[in-house]
Amino acid sequence: MTAAVDPAARPRLMRGVRLREDPARGFILLAPERVLTANPTAVEVLKRCDGERTVTQIVDELAVTFSADRERVAGDVEALLADLAAKRMVSL
Amino acid sequence: MSGAPAPLGLLAELTHRCPLSCPYCSNPIELDRRSAELDTATWQRVFDEAAALGVLQTHLSGGEPTARADIVALTRHAAQAGLYTNLITSGIALDRAKLDALAEAGLDHVQLSVQDVRAEEADRIAGLRGAHAQKQAVAREVVAVGLPLTINAVIHRTNIGQIEPLIRQAVAWGARRIEVAHAQYYAWALKNRAALMPTAAQILAARATVERMRAETRGTIVIDYVAPDYFGARPKPCMNGWGRQSLNVTPSGRVLPCHAAESIPGLDFWTVRDHSLADIWQRSPAFEAFRGTEWMPEPCVSCDRREIDFGGCRCQAFLLTGDARNADPVCALSLFHGTVEAIAAGAPGADEAFTYRRFGAAAGG
Repeated sequence: MTAAVDPAARPRLMRGVRLREDPARGFILLAPERVLTANPTAVEVLKRCDGERTVTQIVDELAVTFSADRERVAGDVEALLADLAAKRMVSL
Repeated sequence: MSGAPAPLGLLAELTHRCPLSCPYCSNPIELDRRSAELDTATWQRVFDEAAALGVLQTHLSGGEPTARADIVALTRHAAQAGLYTNLITSGIALDRAKLDALAEAGLDHVQLSVQDVRAEEADRIAGLRGAHAQKQAVAREVVAVGLPLTINAVIHRTNIGQIEPLIRQAVAWGARRIEVAHAQYYAWALKNRAALMPTAAQILAARATVERMRAETRGTIVIDYVAPDYFGARPKPCMNGWGRQSLNVTPSGRVLPCHAAESIPGLDFWTVRDHSLADIWQRSPAFEAFRGTEWMPEPCVSCDRREIDFGGCRCQAFLLTGDARNADPVCALSLFHGTVEAIAAGAPGADEAFTYRRFGAAAGG
């Protein structure tokens, strides 16, 4: 029962959550008592979670940048954001 | 072992001084005195060395870390070294000015302990009148400053019926996360085990409450549940393996694979006064003692879970079986599992008095 993500929302990393590049481990998401490895797709999404871009804009950008099917990108982005919102790492 | 992976987390026990005296404190019975504490420059070097070694997060803990007059300078240094900084506090000596200074220094997160939702009972457990009201005020200030807040609630027999109110209180206080953590029976909690240990029926109810509240509060608060040790059939993967991810520096500078490791006799702990953190992580005898799987006897060595739970907890193996190399007796495959079952089944009688955490208890008895 994943909550729907509003396409007009402007996601951003919540305070206390940091995306960091580590020389040995690649990109990681640091949060209270959590260290998550971010896969390349997640990194591209998270870099754009700046509180300015809307979910729609993020999807559009990624679909163009990676010449990918827009609907599939939208599905991936929404699933990731819903998961991170439930974990209280991203605000929507 | 030269192939030791880089650690992720550093628990920095800045001091053992604390205004509270909780009977389940994870600090050792023999507490480091103020005169033995590392100075500011040494802690700053430790943070630099930790970051260089690959550590990502540091937990500024104690005792009460804000009892250190240099807490803001230490936080700033750790943050500038690139570490994610987490303050683990009782909240007793914190106010808005100190929180503003810590936030400005780069603090990432605050974890605040609470003892109960009933103020009088909370104060009784903490051993300090007025503690609960002060914590509520501090929680409000943490949220007002904009820092993310986690509530840590240690669960035991006298507050296990309060899990739902504890979660609701954390939501009301603006916390983003709560740790509902059963007491783990080492050090002070082991001393007080008879007064703290819940019954099996209480634990079943607690688990159900957590599941129900997780569903209800999804997206509002994250509920992390630390299961009780004595009631399982498989041991916890303690520290995710000895010397694999974490290290702990005591107030006086000894470096331990976990905060309870000094309960195992005969281990040679090196100190940051004599060695670099990298040297200690990679070469010190205490870290080498239980790294990997080569040290394991049966039933662990041939077990297909040996790289999943790493044989459980070394400290618990020692405390309950007399040999730290044994399988953690929480494991049903342990020859000593009956000991754990007997303790878990031992119906508690009338409430027993707590032995409160204090300095000098080891000598005085």
